[in-house]
Amino acid sequence: MLVLADANLRLDASAIDYIELAFYFVLVLGIGYLARRQVSSSLDFFLSGRSLPAWVTGLAFISANLGAVEVMGMSANGAQYGLPTVHYFWIGAIPAMLFLGIVMMPFYYGSKVRSVPEFMRRRFGKPAHLVNGVSFAAAQILIAGANLFLLASVVNLLLGWPLWVSIIVAAAIVLSYTALGGLSAAIYNEVLQFFVIVIALVPLTIIGLVKVGGWQGLVEKVTNSPGGSAQLHSWPGDNLTGFGNSLLSVLGIVFGLGFVLSFGYWTTNFVEVQRAMASKSMSAARRTPIIGAFPKMLVPFIVIIPGMIAAVTVSEYVKDKQVLLDGGTAESGVTFNNALLLLMRDLLPNGMLGIAIAGLLASFMAGMAANLSSFNTVFTYDIWQTYVKKDKPDHYYLNLGRIVTSAGTILAIGTAFIASNSGNILNYLQDLFSFFNAPLFATFILGMFWKRMTPHAGWSGLVFGTLSAITVWGLSQAGVLGLTGQGISFVAAGTAFVVDIVVSVAVSLATKPKPDEELVGLVYSLTPKETRQHDATGENAGWYRKPGLLAGIVLVLTIALNVIF
Amino acid sequence: MATESQPRARKAGAFDIRLIIALLIGVYGVILTVMGIGFTSEEEIKKAAGVNINLWAGIGMLVVAALFVIWAVVRPLVVPTSAEAETGDTPTAAGE
Repeated sequence: MLVLADANLRLDASAIDYIELAFYFVLVLGIGYLARRQVSSSLDFFLSGRSLPAWVTGLAFISANLGAVEVMGMSANGAQYGLPTVHYFWIGAIPAMLFLGIVMMPFYYGSKVRSVPEFMRRRFGKPAHLVNGVSFAAAQILIAGANLFLLASVVNLLLGWPLWVSIIVAAAIVLSYTALGGLSAAIYNEVLQFFVIVIALVPLTIIGLVKVGGWQGLVEKVTNSPGGSAQLHSWPGDNLTGFGNSLLSVLGIVFGLGFVLSFGYWTTNFVEVQRAMASKSMSAARRTPIIGAFPKMLVPFIVIIPGMIAAVTVSEYVKDKQVLLDGGTAESGVTFNNALLLLMRDLLPNGMLGIAIAGLLASFMAGMAANLSSFNTVFTYDIWQTYVKKDKPDHYYLNLGRIVTSAGTILAIGTAFIASNSGNILNYLQDLFSFFNAPLFATFILGMFWKRMTPHAGWSGLVFGTLSAITVWGLSQAGVLGLTGQGISFVAAGTAFVVDIVVSVAVSLATKPKPDEELVGLVYSLTPKETRQHDATGENAGWYRKPGLLAGIVLVLTIALNVIF
Repeated sequence: MATESQPRARKAGAFDIRLIIALLIGVYGVILTVMGIGFTSEEEIKKAAGVNINLWAGIGMLVVAALFVIWAVVRPLVVPTSAEAETGDTPTAAGE
């Protein structure tokens, strides 16, 4: 999360920069308008009619995650921890994305469910469904509000607009294209956003590297700066986990971050899975996260490296990096979260500056649009259609989707204003919601591969898993467990995973499972092989369209990157 | 361009995102190239570590935009009335 300070971050934007910004927004709204014409049923609105090609959904898949927290937060981590931050990408995302594409997508796409909570309902029945659906919807509103607040505060810092003006303008833009064009508009904009971020950050990284004298120069400068050479090697990453023991640190990264946290996030978070569900065939759905993994592998180079460059070149950090590393407050008022902005301020001329600002705003808005477009789907299909008004004509749900999108936006604006008064509350709540993901993965994976798992096990595993994570988190906040840094969330997630498995198995053995015929298509052993596989002919033919092979390539490249850095 | 009255054809026919990406990056490329040639001061170049980043990024963007246009021209979206084409329609029906 960003903590905003009174540092001098005002960028010197000129008319040409504003023209570039305005042009971007015209295209964003234009996409909403064009996508509107494709919407004629609720499935069009909520799942793009399951019609998109894999490269589009693949880019949207990572773009939906490339929001404010990712771009600003990961460059901040780069400034603070250095290269160990890459674990969030190479360990904390890639394996889970491959797993989603290879193992889990056949069940999601093959069972024709329209959302992740709907899968829950068919596999475990209503109690688990409610727990999952309601917590997901609430979390999305909260995160949308957080994105909105961050966007507004960055606009405020950079351009000097009042906070409330930027909150309302940004919300109105996001609302207009998501309410018009539904998921298609959100996804197409995510693809556009991805390219804007890339063309904004690649030049920044390049001139940053020129400035420090290339990679070698960066290595020398970081070695001589506070934090030292530990910031130049991804392993063991002691400084990131705060465990103070290399073996524990590696274990924490691999199991806590790499296994529990990231698998929970990438494989069960509907914001992500929805993008794959929108693709046009089983083959494309399986390729979605795998295609997304290619750019995901490279994102750290344009996010973390600028952060590291900022930490050794920006005058405020050169002066106060040690103070900031010790948890103090810099005299100039900067925090690590300002790293990217400060680097932009120091390096970019007018012209390039406008594109960089467009890239940042794009990332914040697309993050919020992703939250809204998954919120409206879960609310409409999983809460309203399942529990309130069941048998209305499809048109009713399409209209409801638009109304819910608007209501969600208003709630997010409210959340953003609460956040602007007390930023820390939002921080804590985000931590808490992230704990819903960890036990979810345990429940899903057990439910997909163990047909004996019962409906009661479904909800009780989730509830107790989440409670155990909250307990661990609470104890460390109170200082009882003596954990610091990112280690807290790794341990909390790990605990939640184990508790969920134990509770689920115990409850399953004591209660009655669902009959086999209700689980066809949802559980591995009861799903005929043909329905798990995809058609490999026609437009799905060719070696470069085989999910397994693509996943293999990604895996080899990721391992190579880990060895190099 | 398809219309909503043709339910099967509308999905692939509406618009091609590749051209929108090309439009955005292309316009940015033109602006930056012009800025780089004529309107980037010595002081700004010095600030950016001696690199005329506007010019170079502008040229780079023009190239990227051209690649997107080429891609869109070489493999155009096919409105799936004749089916079986690059952006075919059979899997679409499965979702409904």
